[in-house]
Amino acid sequence: MFAILWKDLRIELRTKETFAAFLLLGLLTLVVLSFAFDPTSALREAAAPGVLWVAVIFAGTLGMNRSLLREREADCLQGLLLAPVDRGSIYLAKTAGNLLVMAAAQVVLVPIFVFFFNLPLWLTIARLTPVILLGLLGFAAIGTMFAAVSLRTRAREVMLPLLVLPLAAPLIIAGIQASAALMAGNDLSAVAHWLNLLAAFDAVFLVVGWLAFEYVMEE
Amino acid sequence: MPAALEVDHLTKRFGRTPALDNVSAAIDAGAAVLLLGPNGAGKTTLLRCAATLLKPSRGRVRIAGLDPVTDGAAARRRLAVLGHESFLYADLTAAENLAFYARLYRVTDAVARVETLLDRLGLRGWAHRPVRTLSRGLVQRCAVARVLLHDPSLLLLDEPFTGLDADARALLCSVLREAHAHGTAVLMSTHELALGTALCQRALILAGGRLVWDGPVGPGDADRLDGELRRLSGRVAA
Repeated sequence: MFAILWKDLRIELRTKETFAAFLLLGLLTLVVLSFAFDPTSALREAAAPGVLWVAVIFAGTLGMNRSLLREREADCLQGLLLAPVDRGSIYLAKTAGNLLVMAAAQVVLVPIFVFFFNLPLWLTIARLTPVILLGLLGFAAIGTMFAAVSLRTRAREVMLPLLVLPLAAPLIIAGIQASAALMAGNDLSAVAHWLNLLAAFDAVFLVVGWLAFEYVMEE
Repeated sequence: MPAALEVDHLTKRFGRTPALDNVSAAIDAGAAVLLLGPNGAGKTTLLRCAATLLKPSRGRVRIAGLDPVTDGAAARRRLAVLGHESFLYADLTAAENLAFYARLYRVTDAVARVETLLDRLGLRGWAHRPVRTLSRGLVQRCAVARVLLHDPSLLLLDEPFTGLDADARALLCSVLREAHAHGTAVLMSTHELALGTALCQRALILAGGRLVWDGPVGPGDADRLDGELRRLSGRVAA
Protein backbone atom coordinates (compact mmCIF):
# COMPACT_ATOMS: atom_id res chain seq x y z
CA MET A 1 0.00 0.00 0.00
CA PHE A 2 2.78 2.44 0.92
CA ALA A 3 4.63 1.71 -2.33
CA ILE A 4 1.54 2.75 -4.33
CA LEU A 5 0.91 5.81 -2.15
CA TRP A 6 4.56 6.85 -2.42
CA LYS A 7 4.47 6.40 -6.21
CA ASP A 8 1.29 8.50 -6.50
CA LEU A 9 2.69 11.28 -4.34
CA ARG A 10 5.96 11.29 -6.27
CA ILE A 11 4.11 11.62 -9.60
CA GLU A 12 1.84 14.30 -8.13
CA LEU A 13 4.78 16.30 -6.80
CA ARG A 14 6.30 16.13 -10.28
CA THR A 15 3.19 16.95 -12.34
CA LYS A 16 0.87 18.68 -9.83
CA GLU A 17 -2.00 17.70 -12.15
CA THR A 18 -4.52 16.57 -9.54
CA PHE A 19 -3.53 19.29 -7.07
CA ALA A 20 -3.95 21.95 -9.74
CA ALA A 21 -7.37 20.52 -10.70
CA PHE A 22 -8.55 20.53 -7.06
CA LEU A 23 -7.19 23.99 -6.40
CA LEU A 24 -8.27 25.81 -9.53
CA LEU A 25 -11.81 24.46 -9.62
CA GLY A 26 -12.21 25.06 -5.88
CA LEU A 27 -10.90 28.57 -6.26
CA LEU A 28 -13.20 29.34 -9.20
CA THR A 29 -16.23 28.02 -7.31
CA LEU A 30 -15.32 30.09 -4.26
CA VAL A 31 -14.87 33.27 -6.29
CA VAL A 32 -18.07 32.86 -8.29
CA LEU A 33 -20.21 32.00 -5.27
CA SER A 34 -18.71 34.67 -3.03
CA PHE A 35 -19.61 37.32 -5.63
CA ALA A 36 -23.13 35.93 -5.89
CA PHE A 37 -24.02 37.39 -2.49
CA ASP A 38 -24.29 41.05 -1.47
CA PRO A 39 -21.28 41.78 0.81
CA THR A 40 -23.50 43.58 3.33
CA SER A 41 -26.21 40.93 3.41
CA ALA A 42 -26.67 38.57 6.36
CA LEU A 43 -27.45 35.89 3.78
CA ARG A 44 -23.79 35.93 2.73
CA GLU A 45 -22.70 34.92 6.22
CA ALA A 46 -25.34 32.20 6.40
CA ALA A 47 -24.32 30.84 2.98
CA ALA A 48 -20.59 30.73 3.78
CA PRO A 49 -20.42 27.09 5.01
CA GLY A 50 -22.41 25.94 1.97
CA VAL A 51 -20.09 27.82 -0.38
CA LEU A 52 -17.02 26.20 1.21
CA TRP A 53 -18.43 22.68 0.90
CA VAL A 54 -19.69 23.19 -2.64
CA ALA A 55 -16.16 24.28 -3.60
CA VAL A 56 -14.62 21.26 -1.82
CA ILE A 57 -17.02 18.75 -3.36
CA PHE A 58 -17.01 20.12 -6.92
CA ALA A 59 -13.23 20.37 -7.01
CA GLY A 60 -12.90 16.95 -5.38
CA THR A 61 -15.12 15.27 -7.97
CA LEU A 62 -13.00 16.56 -10.85
CA GLY A 63 -9.66 15.84 -9.17
CA MET A 64 -10.70 12.32 -8.21
CA ASN A 65 -11.17 11.44 -11.89
CA ARG A 66 -7.64 12.63 -12.70
CA SER A 67 -5.98 10.46 -10.07
CA LEU A 68 -7.49 7.23 -11.44
CA LEU A 69 -7.07 8.24 -15.10
CA ARG A 70 -3.31 8.27 -14.53
CA GLU A 71 -3.54 4.50 -14.03
CA ARG A 72 -5.07 4.07 -17.48
CA GLU A 73 -2.07 5.53 -19.29
CA ALA A 74 0.00 2.63 -20.65
CA ASP A 75 -2.47 0.33 -18.85
CA CYS A 76 -0.69 0.84 -15.51
CA LEU A 77 -3.84 -0.29 -13.71
CA GLN A 78 -3.26 -3.77 -15.16
CA GLY A 79 0.26 -3.62 -13.77
CA LEU A 80 -1.15 -2.92 -10.32
CA LEU A 81 -3.81 -5.63 -10.62
CA LEU A 82 -1.17 -8.16 -11.67
CA ALA A 83 0.96 -7.45 -8.61
CA PRO A 84 0.75 -9.84 -5.67
CA VAL A 85 -0.95 -7.29 -3.42
CA ASP A 86 -4.40 -7.33 -1.91
CA ARG A 87 -6.61 -5.30 -4.23
CA GLY A 88 -8.17 -3.62 -1.19
CA SER A 89 -4.71 -2.20 -0.47
CA ILE A 90 -4.69 -0.57 -3.90
CA TYR A 91 -7.97 1.12 -2.98
CA LEU A 92 -6.65 2.29 0.40
CA ALA A 93 -3.49 3.67 -1.22
CA LYS A 94 -5.44 5.56 -3.88
CA THR A 95 -7.84 6.90 -1.22
CA ALA A 96 -4.95 8.06 0.98
CA GLY A 97 -3.32 9.74 -2.02
CA ASN A 98 -6.54 11.55 -2.93
CA LEU A 99 -7.05 12.60 0.69
CA LEU A 100 -3.54 14.06 0.95
CA VAL A 101 -3.83 15.98 -2.32
CA MET A 102 -7.30 17.32 -1.41
CA ALA A 103 -6.04 18.30 2.05
CA ALA A 104 -3.08 20.11 0.47
CA ALA A 105 -5.49 22.04 -1.76
CA GLN A 106 -7.56 23.01 1.32
CA VAL A 107 -4.45 24.55 2.89
CA VAL A 108 -4.72 27.17 0.14
CA LEU A 109 -8.50 27.23 -0.33
CA VAL A 110 -9.61 27.70 3.29
CA PRO A 111 -7.59 30.91 3.89
CA ILE A 112 -8.97 32.30 0.61
CA PHE A 113 -12.49 31.38 1.74
CA VAL A 114 -11.81 33.12 5.09
CA PHE A 115 -10.63 36.22 3.23
CA PHE A 116 -13.65 36.34 0.88
CA PHE A 117 -16.14 35.98 3.73
CA ASN A 118 -14.24 38.26 6.11
CA LEU A 119 -13.86 35.67 8.88
CA PRO A 120 -11.22 35.48 11.65
CA LEU A 121 -8.38 33.48 10.00
CA TRP A 122 -6.82 31.32 12.73
CA LEU A 123 -10.04 30.81 14.68
CA THR A 124 -11.91 29.63 11.59
CA ILE A 125 -9.07 27.33 10.53
CA ALA A 126 -8.75 25.85 14.03
CA ARG A 127 -12.47 25.22 14.29
CA LEU A 128 -13.07 23.89 10.79
CA THR A 129 -10.01 21.62 10.50
CA PRO A 130 -11.54 18.50 12.16
CA VAL A 131 -14.78 18.84 10.16
CA ILE A 132 -12.96 19.35 6.86
CA LEU A 133 -10.57 16.45 7.47
CA LEU A 134 -13.41 14.07 8.33
CA GLY A 135 -15.38 15.30 5.32
CA LEU A 136 -12.40 14.93 2.98
CA LEU A 137 -11.69 11.40 4.23
CA GLY A 138 -15.27 10.31 3.53
CA PHE A 139 -15.28 12.03 0.18
CA ALA A 140 -11.95 10.46 -0.80
CA ALA A 141 -13.29 7.04 0.27
CA ILE A 142 -16.47 7.26 -1.80
CA GLY A 143 -14.92 9.23 -4.67
CA THR A 144 -12.03 6.80 -5.17
CA MET A 145 -14.36 3.82 -5.26
CA PHE A 146 -16.71 5.39 -7.81
CA ALA A 147 -13.86 6.85 -9.85
CA ALA A 148 -12.72 3.23 -10.23
CA VAL A 149 -16.28 2.17 -11.16
CA SER A 150 -16.58 4.90 -13.78
CA LEU A 151 -13.04 4.35 -15.12
CA ARG A 152 -14.22 1.86 -17.74
CA THR A 153 -17.34 3.78 -18.72
CA ARG A 154 -17.33 6.01 -21.76
CA ALA A 155 -18.94 9.05 -20.08
CA ARG A 156 -16.84 8.84 -16.91
CA GLU A 157 -16.67 12.62 -16.35
CA VAL A 158 -20.48 12.64 -16.15
CA MET A 159 -20.80 9.30 -14.39
CA LEU A 160 -18.62 10.16 -11.40
CA PRO A 161 -20.68 13.10 -10.07
CA LEU A 162 -23.91 11.24 -10.84
CA LEU A 163 -22.74 8.29 -8.75
CA VAL A 164 -20.97 10.16 -5.97
CA LEU A 165 -23.08 13.22 -5.19
CA PRO A 166 -26.30 11.41 -4.15
CA LEU A 167 -24.36 9.01 -1.93
CA ALA A 168 -22.27 11.83 -0.48
CA ALA A 169 -25.39 13.80 0.54
CA PRO A 170 -25.19 12.80 4.26
CA LEU A 171 -21.52 13.83 4.29
CA ILE A 172 -22.25 17.17 2.63
CA ILE A 173 -25.17 17.92 4.96
CA ALA A 174 -23.19 16.97 8.07
CA GLY A 175 -20.20 19.01 6.89
CA ILE A 176 -22.28 22.10 6.19
CA GLN A 177 -24.24 21.87 9.45
CA ALA A 178 -21.13 21.32 11.57
CA SER A 179 -19.25 24.11 9.80
CA ALA A 180 -22.18 26.52 10.22
CA ALA A 181 -22.42 25.80 13.95
CA LEU A 182 -18.66 26.17 14.46
CA MET A 183 -18.50 29.39 12.46
CA ALA A 184 -21.35 30.73 14.58
CA GLY A 185 -19.10 30.37 17.64
CA ASN A 186 -20.13 26.98 19.02
CA ASP A 187 -17.42 24.65 20.26
CA LEU A 188 -16.73 21.13 19.01
CA SER A 189 -18.89 19.45 21.66
CA ALA A 190 -21.94 21.23 20.21
CA VAL A 191 -21.40 19.53 16.84
CA ALA A 192 -20.32 16.14 18.19
CA HIS A 193 -23.34 14.44 16.59
CA TRP A 194 -22.38 15.77 13.14
CA LEU A 195 -18.76 14.74 13.66
CA ASN A 196 -19.92 11.28 14.73
CA LEU A 197 -22.02 11.04 11.58
CA LEU A 198 -19.02 12.04 9.45
CA ALA A 199 -16.77 9.51 11.24
CA ALA A 200 -19.37 6.75 10.78
CA PHE A 201 -19.75 7.65 7.09
CA ASP A 202 -15.95 7.52 6.66
CA ALA A 203 -15.66 4.15 8.39
CA VAL A 204 -18.54 2.59 6.42
CA PHE A 205 -17.28 3.72 3.01
CA LEU A 206 -13.64 2.88 3.74
CA VAL A 207 -14.63 -0.68 4.69
CA VAL A 208 -17.07 -1.02 1.77
CA GLY A 209 -14.47 0.32 -0.68
CA TRP A 210 -11.73 -1.93 0.70
CA LEU A 211 -13.97 -5.02 0.42
CA ALA A 212 -15.62 -4.13 -2.89
CA PHE A 213 -12.58 -2.92 -4.85
CA GLU A 214 -11.68 -6.45 -5.96
CA TYR A 215 -15.12 -6.80 -7.59
CA VAL A 216 -15.10 -3.25 -8.95
CA MET A 217 -11.84 -4.01 -10.78
CA GLU A 218 -13.12 -7.23 -12.32
CA GLU A 219 -14.01 -7.01 -15.98
CA MET B 1 6.28 -30.45 -10.27
CA PRO B 2 2.92 -28.81 -11.12
CA ALA B 3 2.39 -27.33 -14.58
CA ALA B 4 3.38 -23.66 -14.86
CA LEU B 5 -0.10 -23.02 -16.28
CA GLU B 6 -3.09 -25.25 -16.57
CA VAL B 7 -6.43 -24.24 -18.08
CA ASP B 8 -9.21 -26.73 -17.74
CA HIS B 9 -12.43 -26.46 -19.79
CA LEU B 10 -11.95 -22.70 -19.83
CA THR B 11 -14.85 -20.71 -21.22
CA LYS B 12 -15.10 -16.94 -21.27
CA ARG B 13 -18.13 -15.06 -22.54
CA PHE B 14 -18.54 -11.31 -22.94
CA GLY B 15 -22.29 -10.95 -22.66
CA ARG B 16 -23.57 -13.61 -25.04
CA THR B 17 -20.43 -13.60 -27.17
CA PRO B 18 -18.10 -16.51 -26.43
CA ALA B 19 -14.44 -15.48 -26.60
CA LEU B 20 -13.13 -18.83 -25.36
CA ASP B 21 -15.00 -22.09 -25.61
CA ASN B 22 -14.01 -25.05 -23.48
CA VAL B 23 -10.24 -24.67 -23.86
CA SER B 24 -8.02 -27.14 -21.98
CA ALA B 25 -4.22 -27.09 -22.09
CA ALA B 26 -1.24 -27.32 -19.79
CA ILE B 27 2.13 -25.59 -20.06
CA ASP B 28 4.82 -27.57 -18.28
CA ALA B 29 7.27 -25.83 -16.00
CA GLY B 30 10.10 -24.46 -18.14
CA ALA B 31 8.28 -25.02 -21.48
CA ALA B 32 8.06 -22.37 -24.22
CA VAL B 33 4.75 -22.39 -26.06
CA LEU B 34 3.53 -20.29 -28.96
CA LEU B 35 -0.10 -19.19 -28.92
CA LEU B 36 -1.40 -18.57 -32.42
CA GLY B 37 -4.64 -17.88 -34.16
CA PRO B 38 -6.39 -15.47 -36.50
CA ASN B 39 -7.59 -12.10 -35.18
CA GLY B 40 -10.45 -12.59 -32.73
CA ALA B 41 -9.48 -16.20 -32.04
CA GLY B 42 -9.33 -15.59 -28.29
CA LYS B 43 -5.55 -15.40 -27.78
CA THR B 44 -5.58 -12.21 -25.70
CA THR B 45 -8.60 -13.42 -23.71
CA LEU B 46 -6.78 -16.67 -22.91
CA LEU B 47 -3.68 -14.74 -21.82
CA ARG B 48 -5.80 -12.38 -19.69
CA CYS B 49 -7.60 -15.29 -18.03
CA ALA B 50 -4.23 -16.94 -17.38
CA ALA B 51 -2.96 -13.66 -15.92
CA THR B 52 -5.94 -13.55 -13.49
CA LEU B 53 -7.10 -10.30 -15.11
CA LEU B 54 -10.30 -11.91 -16.38
CA LYS B 55 -12.52 -14.24 -14.42
CA PRO B 56 -13.50 -17.33 -16.43
CA SER B 57 -17.21 -17.80 -17.11
CA ARG B 58 -16.63 -21.54 -16.70
CA GLY B 59 -13.68 -23.82 -16.11
CA ARG B 60 -10.59 -23.08 -14.09
CA VAL B 61 -7.06 -21.77 -14.30
CA ARG B 62 -4.14 -23.01 -12.21
CA ILE B 63 -0.80 -21.22 -11.99
CA ALA B 64 1.97 -23.46 -10.65
CA GLY B 65 -0.80 -25.52 -9.08
CA LEU B 66 -2.35 -22.48 -7.37
CA ASP B 67 -5.95 -21.42 -7.82
CA PRO B 68 -6.04 -17.64 -8.47
CA VAL B 69 -9.52 -17.47 -6.92
CA THR B 70 -8.34 -18.63 -3.51
CA ASP B 71 -4.59 -17.88 -3.77
CA GLY B 72 -4.64 -14.76 -5.93
CA ALA B 73 -1.55 -13.01 -4.56
CA ALA B 74 0.58 -16.19 -4.47
CA ALA B 75 -0.46 -17.09 -8.03
CA ARG B 76 0.24 -13.56 -9.32
CA ARG B 77 3.69 -13.57 -7.69
CA ARG B 78 4.65 -16.45 -10.02
CA LEU B 79 3.67 -14.82 -13.28
CA ALA B 80 4.52 -11.78 -15.34
CA VAL B 81 2.76 -10.23 -18.32
CA LEU B 82 4.35 -8.36 -21.20
CA GLY B 83 1.65 -6.95 -23.43
CA HIS B 84 0.99 -4.24 -25.99
CA GLU B 85 1.26 -1.67 -23.19
CA SER B 86 4.28 -1.22 -20.96
CA PHE B 87 2.45 -0.77 -17.60
CA LEU B 88 5.06 1.93 -16.90
CA TYR B 89 4.29 5.36 -15.46
CA ALA B 90 5.21 8.01 -17.99
CA ASP B 91 6.12 10.60 -15.35
CA LEU B 92 8.51 8.31 -13.48
CA THR B 93 11.97 7.44 -14.74
CA ALA B 94 12.84 3.94 -15.91
CA ALA B 95 14.74 3.31 -12.65
CA GLU B 96 11.85 4.66 -10.52
CA ASN B 97 9.35 2.46 -12.35
CA LEU B 98 11.48 -0.62 -11.79
CA ALA B 99 12.06 0.28 -8.13
CA PHE B 100 8.28 0.71 -7.68
CA TYR B 101 7.48 -2.69 -9.18
CA ALA B 102 10.32 -4.28 -7.19
CA ARG B 103 8.66 -2.97 -4.00
CA LEU B 104 5.25 -4.27 -5.11
CA TYR B 105 6.73 -7.74 -5.68
CA ARG B 106 8.87 -7.51 -2.54
CA VAL B 107 12.00 -8.33 -4.49
CA THR B 108 14.90 -9.04 -2.14
CA ASP B 109 17.86 -6.75 -2.71
CA ALA B 110 15.73 -4.68 -5.07
CA VAL B 111 18.36 -2.01 -5.73
CA ALA B 112 20.91 -4.54 -7.00
CA ARG B 113 18.27 -6.35 -9.07
CA VAL B 114 17.16 -3.10 -10.72
CA GLU B 115 20.77 -2.15 -11.48
CA THR B 116 21.46 -5.59 -12.96
CA LEU B 117 18.42 -5.43 -15.25
CA LEU B 118 19.14 -1.84 -16.31
CA ASP B 119 22.59 -3.02 -17.42
CA ARG B 120 21.33 -6.25 -19.02
CA LEU B 121 18.68 -4.41 -21.06
CA GLY B 122 21.05 -1.64 -22.10
CA LEU B 123 19.07 1.01 -20.24
CA ARG B 124 21.89 2.44 -18.13
CA GLY B 125 22.09 5.67 -20.13
CA TRP B 126 18.35 6.24 -19.95
CA ALA B 127 17.67 5.04 -16.41
CA HIS B 128 17.05 8.50 -15.00
CA ARG B 129 14.94 9.91 -17.80
CA PRO B 130 11.14 9.97 -17.53
CA VAL B 131 9.57 7.11 -19.48
CA ARG B 132 7.53 9.75 -21.36
CA THR B 133 10.73 10.85 -23.13
CA LEU B 134 11.88 7.38 -24.20
CA SER B 135 11.39 5.78 -27.61
CA ARG B 136 9.03 2.83 -28.08
CA GLY B 137 11.98 0.44 -28.22
CA LEU B 138 13.46 1.74 -24.96
CA VAL B 139 10.08 1.65 -23.24
CA GLN B 140 9.67 -1.99 -24.31
CA ARG B 141 13.14 -2.82 -22.97
CA CYS B 142 12.14 -1.25 -19.68
CA ALA B 143 8.90 -3.28 -19.74
CA VAL B 144 10.99 -6.44 -20.26
CA ALA B 145 13.09 -5.48 -17.23
CA ARG B 146 9.85 -5.00 -15.29
CA VAL B 147 8.60 -8.52 -16.04
CA LEU B 148 11.94 -10.12 -15.13
CA LEU B 149 12.29 -8.23 -11.82
CA HIS B 150 10.71 -10.86 -9.61
CA ASP B 151 12.05 -13.88 -11.49
CA PRO B 152 8.63 -15.26 -12.51
CA SER B 153 8.06 -18.93 -13.23
CA LEU B 154 5.58 -18.11 -16.02
CA LEU B 155 5.91 -15.36 -18.64
CA LEU B 156 2.78 -14.41 -20.58
CA LEU B 157 3.69 -12.45 -23.69
CA ASP B 158 1.12 -10.77 -25.90
CA GLU B 159 2.70 -9.52 -29.14
CA PRO B 160 5.96 -8.58 -27.43
CA PHE B 161 7.76 -7.67 -30.69
CA THR B 162 5.27 -5.01 -31.82
CA GLY B 163 6.96 -1.73 -32.68
CA LEU B 164 10.50 -2.93 -31.98
CA ASP B 165 13.44 -2.38 -34.32
CA ALA B 166 15.81 -5.22 -35.30
CA ASP B 167 18.26 -4.58 -32.44
CA ALA B 168 15.50 -4.44 -29.84
CA ARG B 169 13.99 -7.67 -31.24
CA ALA B 170 17.33 -9.43 -31.05
CA LEU B 171 17.82 -8.23 -27.48
CA LEU B 172 14.29 -9.34 -26.47
CA CYS B 173 14.88 -12.78 -28.05
CA SER B 174 18.14 -13.17 -26.21
CA VAL B 175 16.59 -12.13 -22.87
CA LEU B 176 13.65 -14.50 -23.40
CA ARG B 177 16.04 -17.36 -24.24
CA GLU B 178 17.96 -16.64 -21.04
CA ALA B 179 14.78 -16.61 -18.96
CA HIS B 180 13.65 -19.85 -20.60
CA ALA B 181 17.03 -21.48 -20.02
CA HIS B 182 16.71 -20.39 -16.41
CA GLY B 183 13.51 -22.46 -16.11
CA THR B 184 10.85 -19.84 -16.79
CA ALA B 185 7.86 -21.14 -18.76
CA VAL B 186 6.74 -18.92 -21.64
CA LEU B 187 3.37 -18.61 -23.34
CA MET B 188 3.68 -16.18 -26.23
CA SER B 189 1.11 -14.83 -28.63
CA THR B 190 2.69 -13.30 -31.72
CA HIS B 191 2.20 -12.82 -35.44
CA GLU B 192 5.98 -12.96 -35.90
CA LEU B 193 6.08 -16.67 -36.67
CA ALA B 194 9.79 -16.88 -37.50
CA LEU B 195 10.73 -15.34 -34.13
CA GLY B 196 8.09 -17.36 -32.30
CA THR B 197 9.13 -20.71 -33.75
CA ALA B 198 12.78 -19.91 -33.05
CA LEU B 199 11.95 -19.42 -29.37
CA CYS B 200 9.23 -22.01 -28.70
CA GLN B 201 9.03 -25.79 -28.95
CA ARG B 202 5.28 -26.16 -29.04
CA ALA B 203 2.34 -24.24 -30.49
CA LEU B 204 -1.33 -23.96 -29.65
CA ILE B 205 -3.67 -22.64 -32.31
CA LEU B 206 -6.98 -21.07 -31.38
CA ALA B 207 -9.79 -20.39 -33.81
CA GLY B 208 -13.20 -19.03 -32.89
CA GLY B 209 -12.38 -19.41 -29.20
CA ARG B 210 -11.56 -23.14 -29.51
CA LEU B 211 -8.24 -24.91 -29.33
CA VAL B 212 -7.92 -26.46 -32.78
CA TRP B 213 -4.25 -27.49 -32.94
CA ASP B 214 -1.63 -28.43 -30.37
CA GLY B 215 1.73 -29.77 -31.47
CA PRO B 216 5.50 -29.43 -31.56
CA VAL B 217 7.17 -26.70 -33.63
CA GLY B 218 10.74 -25.77 -34.50
CA PRO B 219 12.71 -23.04 -36.25
CA GLY B 220 11.75 -24.25 -39.73
CA ASP B 221 8.01 -24.39 -39.12
CA ALA B 222 7.04 -20.75 -39.68
CA ASP B 223 5.75 -21.30 -43.24
CA ARG B 224 3.81 -24.43 -42.29
CA LEU B 225 2.15 -22.58 -39.38
CA ASP B 226 1.48 -19.57 -41.58
CA GLY B 227 -0.35 -21.81 -44.06
CA GLU B 228 -2.34 -23.38 -41.27
CA LEU B 229 -3.31 -19.95 -39.94
CA ARG B 230 -4.33 -18.72 -43.40
CA ARG B 231 -6.49 -21.80 -43.83
CA LEU B 232 -8.12 -21.17 -40.45
CA SER B 233 -8.61 -17.44 -41.17
CA GLY B 234 -10.36 -18.35 -44.42
CA ARG B 235 -12.55 -20.86 -42.63
CA VAL B 236 -13.47 -18.36 -39.89
CA ALA B 237 -14.20 -15.61 -42.46
CA ALA B 238 -16.33 -18.02 -44.50
